[in-house]
Amino acid sequence: MSGAAPGAPKPLPSSGPKSLREMPHPLATSSSEEMGPALSPSPELLLPRGAADKDLSLPNGTPVDTSSPASSSSLLNRLQLDDDLDGETRDLFVTVDDPKKHVCTMETYITYRVTTKTTRAEFDLPEYSVRRRYQDFDWLRNKLEESQPTHLIPPLPEKFVVKGVVDRFSEEFVETRRKALDKFLKRITDHPVLSFNEHFNVFLTAKDLNAYKKQGMALLSKMGESVKYVTGGYKLRSRPLEFAAIGEYLDTFSLKLGTIDRIAQRIIKEQLEYLVELREYGPVYSTWGGLEVELSEPLEGVSACIGNCCTALEELSEDMTEDFLPVLREYILYSESMKNVLKKRDQVQAEYEAKLEAVALKKEDRPKVPTDVEKCQDRVECFNADLKADMERWQNNKRQDFRQLLMGMADKNIQYYEKCLTAWESIIPLLQDKPETK
Amino acid sequence: MESSEAEPSESRPEEDGAAPGSEPQPPDTMEDCLAKKMEITVSEAEKRTGRNAMNMQETYTAYLIETRAVESQNEGQCSPVDSLWRRYSEFELLRNYLLVTYPHIVVPPLPEKRADFVWHKLSADNMDPDFVERRRIGLENFLLRVASHPVLCQDKIFYLFLTQEGGWKEMVNETGFQLKADSRLKALNATFRVKNPDKRFTELKHYSDELQSVISHLLRVRARVADRLYGVYKVHGNYGRVFSEWSAIEKEMGDGLQSAGHHMDVYAASIDDILEEEEHYADQLKEYLFYAEALRAVCRKHELMQYDLEMAAQDLTSKKQQCEELATGTMRTFSLKGMTSKLFGQETPEQREAKIKVLEEQIQEGEEQLKSKNLEGRDFVKSAWADIERFKEQKNRDLKEALISYAVMQISMCKKGIQVWTNAKECFSKM
Repeated sequence: MSGAAPGAPKPLPSSGPKSLREMPHPLATSSSEEMGPALSPSPELLLPRGAADKDLSLPNGTPVDTSSPASSSSLLNRLQLDDDLDGETRDLFVTVDDPKKHVCTMETYITYRVTTKTTRAEFDLPEYSVRRRYQDFDWLRNKLEESQPTHLIPPLPEKFVVKGVVDRFSEEFVETRRKALDKFLKRITDHPVLSFNEHFNVFLTAKDLNAYKKQGMALLSKMGESVKYVTGGYKLRSRPLEFAAIGEYLDTFSLKLGTIDRIAQRIIKEQLEYLVELREYGPVYSTWGGLEVELSEPLEGVSACIGNCCTALEELSEDMTEDFLPVLREYILYSESMKNVLKKRDQVQAEYEAKLEAVALKKEDRPKVPTDVEKCQDRVECFNADLKADMERWQNNKRQDFRQLLMGMADKNIQYYEKCLTAWESIIPLLQDKPETK
Repeated sequence: MESSEAEPSESRPEEDGAAPGSEPQPPDTMEDCLAKKMEITVSEAEKRTGRNAMNMQETYTAYLIETRAVESQNEGQCSPVDSLWRRYSEFELLRNYLLVTYPHIVVPPLPEKRADFVWHKLSADNMDPDFVERRRIGLENFLLRVASHPVLCQDKIFYLFLTQEGGWKEMVNETGFQLKADSRLKALNATFRVKNPDKRFTELKHYSDELQSVISHLLRVRARVADRLYGVYKVHGNYGRVFSEWSAIEKEMGDGLQSAGHHMDVYAASIDDILEEEEHYADQLKEYLFYAEALRAVCRKHELMQYDLEMAAQDLTSKKQQCEELATGTMRTFSLKGMTSKLFGQETPEQREAKIKVLEEQIQEGEEQLKSKNLEGRDFVKSAWADIERFKEQKNRDLKEALISYAVMQISMCKKGIQVWTNAKECFSKM
């Protein structure tokens, strides 16, 4: 029983350099507490191996597109393309598709197929296919937040939907959610640190995820605890300027995005109401055409033309609903995640400052700072570095995503007008074709 | 039904109003019509305040009619412009006069008295400048339609309407056209009582009804479509503001957003002109909505005529029957008269003779009347049908043109839309 018609699985992205990174990421298995600032290397520092000694096809046999200039294996090229996200090494591909509805006695839910193709050594097989439900994604996200507290974890689509307003099992809803989940995994996959997370690996590969879920309970939030003891009321002595700025930025950003979201929804609503009237408008011309002899054809022509405009308008609103709104939503949620990470960072800094103060009170002459405090300082610095990298990455993503999103919106509108234009232009000859009047 | 001359005639106000002189002057070519000899414009509208018959203050709009004779012989010379002011009610009077005087003609309609079928952003106020301006165009159009009509253009009263400001009203009233106006009751009777309606006119009446209902439906929906379209455009204007606010906190994206916001403002503002232009299309349709009523008026006139004819024929038949009964002395049917004659004895032969004589005279008269009514009816049908054919051609031509201009408007709207979104895309691409 399939909740939504499973479309053809998306083709795997096959462009970009395919160089392998044989070395496991140094942070992949280590806890973040041991991470120094220097231990958070940017991916570009890792020398990729030449594509020559690598199988030029993906495990499933998809030929690698070598014609793309970005696929050049030269180190020079690689370095030049470093600031380009698309130039990053891609050796892990994850897709979410084929939603299926499951009806049990206890509950009804949707599972999605998560397909992984990879050349990474951390994976035993080049290809995996598992079925996951929303809960599992949620588990993954929680795990990532726990084990990778210094990183910005991409948001999941909202868990709860207002009952009655949205049908959770409708094809549209499932498809929108599938896209959002796909985006979520892609964002993790693209992340130089998160994509090496062991929980992520388990999520992608485990036959029975529930076994892991139970196992994980004991180790629950090791990192979280140490953060928690700091009271929220503590005022930071000096929050680094850039983080303060980011906080302010996020406040405005999410506010503006909320406004854009509301405007977009309102436009869609207006368009649908316009569509209702337009659907009544066209046929009136047709009715009129039925009364007339000589004008019959022109009037029918206008009616058909308005019908074409209706179709074009319908497509436009559908595109806006399915492609435009979800991206806005993702970014609204993203800024929430970001605010959370910022809060955590503040807490870590606060903890450090508190400890530093305590030490200062004990010994006025500070010959030696206890290792405990040093560790704390390391954590702050590590956090700052990780976060800064993630912010930059996020800013970059955001810029690209919005450029694409807004250009897409403009394109959709242009297409709409072009379709209407074609329709109206096509009836002009029909109208001008005057039969000879005596 | 004196006005049913076979040939359209020039009406002379100075003559007895009940019988406009028959001075057959058939317009042989369109070159003869007034519109070719005279330039007619309604060039201005002015708000005025005056006192009405009840001595109450009222505000109305007066329209300036300008006319100038076109002298084709000596092109170099420009004849002077004559101008005079008329108010809407005078146009109405003129049209009523034409309607009564030329029952077989589809008389061009006046523009609406009150703004109707407008989308909500437009004011429905009679004094609204846009409305006054649209009505000015409508009134000018009405005058041109009458002036180019092969029959109506030759009407004296119409000519005086254009050229003589003072005393015109009195002259119209002197024609006594109101006396000929049919009472509603009579018209209503005719509608229900005509036994042998002309199929063509029945169909035409049916068509007018349907035309009226389809155009009014169309106009209603169009107004709603305009409302919604207005909404779609104006909500986009909000992007203008939010993009500009957002651009303030962005570095690389800022400029692109800011200028894209500007294009969204342009987009939102563009709808005002688009819809204003579309209002002209609505006016064109409205004219035909009112034309449907004019068409129906001709049908009604025909019905009335047919009704008169049938009544006369019926009257004649019954008189003939009476006469026959008297002559033969037999009662075909049981009647009160028969009963009384049985009870009170037969009439004397002299009495009967006299009665028969009177009846025969009446029959004679009735037969002549019927003949002339038949003739009149035939003439009416002929000339009415000729005008209806003319109207149909005019309608097909006009509506096609209206549809073309509507399509052209839509095309330009699409092009504007493409332009604005292309500009916006350009800005987005720089983000």
